[in-house]
Amino acid sequence: MMRRALSIVTMMLAVALFGSAAHAIDPLPFKDRAEEVRFQNLARQLRCLVCQNQDLADSDADLAKDLRMQVFEMMRAGKSDVEIKDFLVARYNDFVLYDPPLKPGTYLLWFTPFALVAIGAVAVLRILRRRARAAVGEALARGVPIDNRDDDW
Amino acid sequence: MNRLLPLLGFFALVGLLGFGIWWNTHHETNEVPSPLIGKPAPEFTLPLLYDSTKSLSKADLLGKPYLVNVFGSWCATCQYEHPILTAKVKPLGIKLIGMAWKDPPEDSKRWLARFGDPYDAIVSDADGRTGIDFGVYMAPESFLVDAQGVIRYKRIGMFTPELIERELLPELAKLQQAKP
Repeated sequence: MMRRALSIVTMMLAVALFGSAAHAIDPLPFKDRAEEVRFQNLARQLRCLVCQNQDLADSDADLAKDLRMQVFEMMRAGKSDVEIKDFLVARYNDFVLYDPPLKPGTYLLWFTPFALVAIGAVAVLRILRRRARAAVGEALARGVPIDNRDDDW
Repeated sequence: MNRLLPLLGFFALVGLLGFGIWWNTHHETNEVPSPLIGKPAPEFTLPLLYDSTKSLSKADLLGKPYLVNVFGSWCATCQYEHPILTAKVKPLGIKLIGMAWKDPPEDSKRWLARFGDPYDAIVSDADGRTGIDFGVYMAPESFLVDAQGVIRYKRIGMFTPELIERELLPELAKLQQAKP
């Protein structure tokens, strides 16, 4: 009984671990492993338009199937990854790319986090400086040697 | 003043989040704006639904504006849009081209027999390739193409009488103005 349960768990684990690498919702006739890897890699960078939080590799939507076929055929026709992405962007916008490209329209998206961190850093620095000055002033007023002052900062 | 700063920062965040909620309730967040608006419609040649030996191409349609309506018998919303197309769009006098998208022709025909046919011509895009060229990702979708073959407007989802008033009519008026 125990052994049986264990073997089932092992099988499920094996499927979970190794099944995903080979998984293809609609098996495409790849000529070799390299082509398949390239396809999977590309499909993972593309967004399914129907279920918008899934990538093309993962989506079971009918349109995703068509788009995978489109990508596959373009690969076969010798198109580069960039050409395939451009083809889809021309039809469906940057939205099909999971990684938004850096351009004036996305500056806000890309740089706001850094700007916020910079603002925070300036604020922290100013607070530290002020506290240090206050501590020095206090120490001088008390006549304690500055090196020996004990404060938090 | 300095002591109020964190509070002000907090209110600024609340304002930002509130704006986000407002924005998302007033906009269709799933809508992917088409990059094709203002660009020439993709070239296509598709068989006619009722006579697959004949075909209709973009070149055939040049010279007059037309509205391409993407539908399918599998599309539930299309059933709701259908009477609106018949009652509100057909009388506008613009050429209405149906594109049966990813739909076996027999199914499209049966669907039209049941609900009626508001279209001036229907093409069959059974494998969905032309749909991909148009950037179609759901049905119904509609494209307004001008006499020069340039896409002027796209509606993602069904037309309602309000949307026809608010969006389609002004676009048609612009086409009228551009003509003379």
